[in-house]
Amino acid sequence: MADDSLPLMFPAYAEIFLFVMALVVLMTDVFVAERRRWITYVLAQTALLGSAVLTVGIAKTLGGVTGFTFGNMFVCDLMASVLKLAAYIAVSACLVYSRRYLEERGLLTGEYFALTLFALLGMMVMISANHLLSLYLGLELLSLSLYALIAMNRDSSASTEAAMKYFVLGALASGLLLYGMSMIYGATGTLELTELASRISRGGPPPLVLIFGLVFLVAGLAFKIGVVPFHMWIPDVYHGAPNAMTIFIGSAPKISAFAMAMRLLVDGLLALAIDWQQMLIILAVLSLAVGNLAAIAQTNIKRMLAYSTIAHMGFMLLALLSGVINRNLLSAGEAYGAAMFYVVVYVLTVLGAFGVVLLLSRAGFEADNLSDFKGLNQRNPWYALVMLVVMFSLAGIPPTVGFYAKLAVLQSVLAAGHVWLAVVAVIFSLIGAFYYLRVVKLMYFDVPEDSSPIEPAIDMSVLLSANGLAVLFLGIAPQPLMALCLHAIEQSYGFR
Amino acid sequence: MFETIVFYVFAAILLFAAARVITARNPVHAALFLVLAFFTAAAIWLLLRAEFLAIALVLVYVGAVMVLFLFVVMMLDINLDRLREGFWHHLPLGLAVAVVMLAETVFVLGGRYFGLATLPAPGDPGTAYNNTKEIGRVVYTDYIYPFELSAVLLLVAIIAAISLTLRRRTDTKAQNPAQQVAVKRQDRVRLVSMPAEKEE
Repeated sequence: MADDSLPLMFPAYAEIFLFVMALVVLMTDVFVAERRRWITYVLAQTALLGSAVLTVGIAKTLGGVTGFTFGNMFVCDLMASVLKLAAYIAVSACLVYSRRYLEERGLLTGEYFALTLFALLGMMVMISANHLLSLYLGLELLSLSLYALIAMNRDSSASTEAAMKYFVLGALASGLLLYGMSMIYGATGTLELTELASRISRGGPPPLVLIFGLVFLVAGLAFKIGVVPFHMWIPDVYHGAPNAMTIFIGSAPKISAFAMAMRLLVDGLLALAIDWQQMLIILAVLSLAVGNLAAIAQTNIKRMLAYSTIAHMGFMLLALLSGVINRNLLSAGEAYGAAMFYVVVYVLTVLGAFGVVLLLSRAGFEADNLSDFKGLNQRNPWYALVMLVVMFSLAGIPPTVGFYAKLAVLQSVLAAGHVWLAVVAVIFSLIGAFYYLRVVKLMYFDVPEDSSPIEPAIDMSVLLSANGLAVLFLGIAPQPLMALCLHAIEQSYGFR
Repeated sequence: MFETIVFYVFAAILLFAAARVITARNPVHAALFLVLAFFTAAAIWLLLRAEFLAIALVLVYVGAVMVLFLFVVMMLDINLDRLREGFWHHLPLGLAVAVVMLAETVFVLGGRYFGLATLPAPGDPGTAYNNTKEIGRVVYTDYIYPFELSAVLLLVAIIAAISLTLRRRTDTKAQNPAQQVAVKRQDRVRLVSMPAEKEE
């Protein structure tokens, strides 16, 4: 039973490196004076760059072979590598966008960088999990870091309340997830996801207990992804958290939530697809409806983007639930590839949206009301254009990349034969276009209420411009990224 | 036979203590009954030959968590009458939901799948069996990855707790004994030379 030999560390080099760098950041910051904070910042960015280099190196060395280590608890396949790279980019962009905001509020501390890196480590553990235990621990590592990050601005009662709400509901969701996991363990006698899949397909475990566990797993998952009816925390947390934390919660963790859904449902419980696809249909339709309708009523852009997240995650679920059609996996690669493409594109786009919110914020001013965007075109046409592109992408208007993401998802939904679902999705996307276009209308056709100059730091203005252009150019040429996602899914799961 | 009697005695105490936790009017009493419940659960684990887990339960839950819990309960002034407001009003609905959920759970999880027939009790491992050693061996080999991850999780908890509670306040009147001891005469006494004034 117990294997005394040293486990193979190679597939996990990126995680190990990031962990060590998080400790280095934490310790360096103790000895660095307040005005030399940039050293910590550069170290954190170096950690991300180094991890990216390592991840690419590992993926190249493995060359398409799925690497397992730590007694099969850790898996490194192509999907994991691609998602990790996306997460590094998202976190790196968050650090660039939030630096000035945090500096002005005295929140740019070593703990911020350390907790951000630990949260990223948690995401990487989730992305690479092949065991319910490591999946759960990665999730807790991510969540605990996020609770602390949200509460970091202690002078704001809204932040503290948001952190408290997130903590209580997150703990409840973890409880649901753990209960589901214990049921699955009770039925199959294993926690390892690949082993779980083979035991279920051999037909040993009692289906009733498995489905009972599955219900709790899906409920816990829905909490973490943030889809209706488990969405209540999202608007309050997005709204209450400082802008710099909202951009972080709203971006990279979505990638890990997608990875968690893939690991749990596709790696482990693909044999139960008929059951969980039905549950996902309910979650997806409710999310599309509630997310898009409630977003219309919002006057705060963070709340609006929170409801938009709910709708977008519902849309992502549409692709996840179209993988298995009548027990055959012919179009599973396309469906899961579309879901992966959707989530990566969503994160890229929402980074731009929150980036503009952070751009407009300054000391003592949060710029989180829709009215703060009035006449942005007159104040600065370039950033207004970036916001326009981002809003078009969220609404799914061509030629931005959001259109292709929605198109790919709808194609897989139609391929699965759920015509009515595709119709519902399109109708609610049309309704959703209203509130995205309202932001555009405010920027271009209203008179500015606020005429203070917009002077971002050079790195932020370059990255924000690049972000906006990426949303546009990926829309004109979506093929490389789409092909990468499809290839990653097909190679990791061996569909086709 | 003796083991069975001991088990039933402990089980009865455990159930009684658990019931008192939620029915006790005084929160301190509830916390103390929870301590009793943990302690009896540990005794039952001992009967299952899980002596390491039993001692860990006593040390961690009784020794650390419950003491913290008692501190918090005593420090917060909880108004029980406010908490209990509307209890009888909401009871029928709550009870109905609870009964339905319990029935469903029992239906799924009843003896059919988790009874002794499907999951037989493990055989007697013999006197040479050492639970602590077995857990240690598995934790440091097969489960080294989750074990290390838990360590990272604890580190994050420490960082979070310190960053949320440590703040350098500038408006406090706290004394710094080191500075007080190291004070020099020049810091406190200033000699002022004044020109002598002539007497009129």
